[in-house]
Amino acid sequence: MKFLQELRDQGRGQDMQAVLKYIPYAQFLGIEVDRKGSEITTIMPFKESLVGNVNLPAIHGGAIGAMLEITSVIQLLFDTSCERLPKTVDISIDYLRSGRPQATYGRAIVTRQGRRVANVRAEIWQEEKGKPIAASHGHFLMTPI
Amino acid sequence: MVEDPLRNMPPHGQAIGMELVGYEGHKVTVKVPYGEHLVGDPDTGVIHGGVITATLDNASGWAIRARTDKPEGVSMATLDIRIDYMRPAEPYQDLLVESECFKFTRNVAFVRALAHQGDPEDPIATSIAAFMLGTPSGPRE
Repeated sequence: MKFLQELRDQGRGQDMQAVLKYIPYAQFLGIEVDRKGSEITTIMPFKESLVGNVNLPAIHGGAIGAMLEITSVIQLLFDTSCERLPKTVDISIDYLRSGRPQATYGRAIVTRQGRRVANVRAEIWQEEKGKPIAASHGHFLMTPI
Repeated sequence: MVEDPLRNMPPHGQAIGMELVGYEGHKVTVKVPYGEHLVGDPDTGVIHGGVITATLDNASGWAIRARTDKPEGVSMATLDIRIDYMRPAEPYQDLLVESECFKFTRNVAFVRALAHQGDPEDPIATSIAAFMLGTPSGPRE
């Protein structure tokens, strides 16, 4: 059973919240999607299990990396009609500020969509979009339909 | 004395299920047992790349902690990490990460790490990261 195909057959191929429901790790992190027209924002509400540094406290760099990767993949799924989940080839993450114990928001842009590989940039922020806490660029392998 | 990195197991590491296997010299080995909550592709049962990212990042930080020749208890923050994914992880198998802090200066530590499932010659992913040392240890302004 291919869940993306299943969703598409139900006419919910563009419903990214539904896509995330199928991904256990996205559920584990608690990532949600907000869609306004063609704009997709990912949201990761704060919870204790995301903490990487209890002294600051700060969100774990790994959770931030995962949020960037999920934001990138969700944007790719929204923009394209790939049949399978895109596979991450590489991702480069810049940590700009520590992630505070509060909700985190993410946006991604597909900078180039090739036949086999897509380039995606993503940014996540907390209180101010103009002050991102982390940014990434990655390459993703697309499975052609 | 080597600070025991286990004392610093962060909540997120616990939630994922990270275990410190051991450390020696500049190298650290971390294990993540397979878990349903870590799955990224429900069609195949393969764990999410984010799990690998989190483990590489965490193991890299520990590799700095494991070095006895640096100031003890120095605070650190990941500056950047680049991860290359070589192949999907096999479902239902544990993930192993080996990390090594191969160089540090007064301000920055450089760490490489490799994720595999028993055979380091057949890696799942590799990473290279830079950490800022002596970062503020209180809440950000």
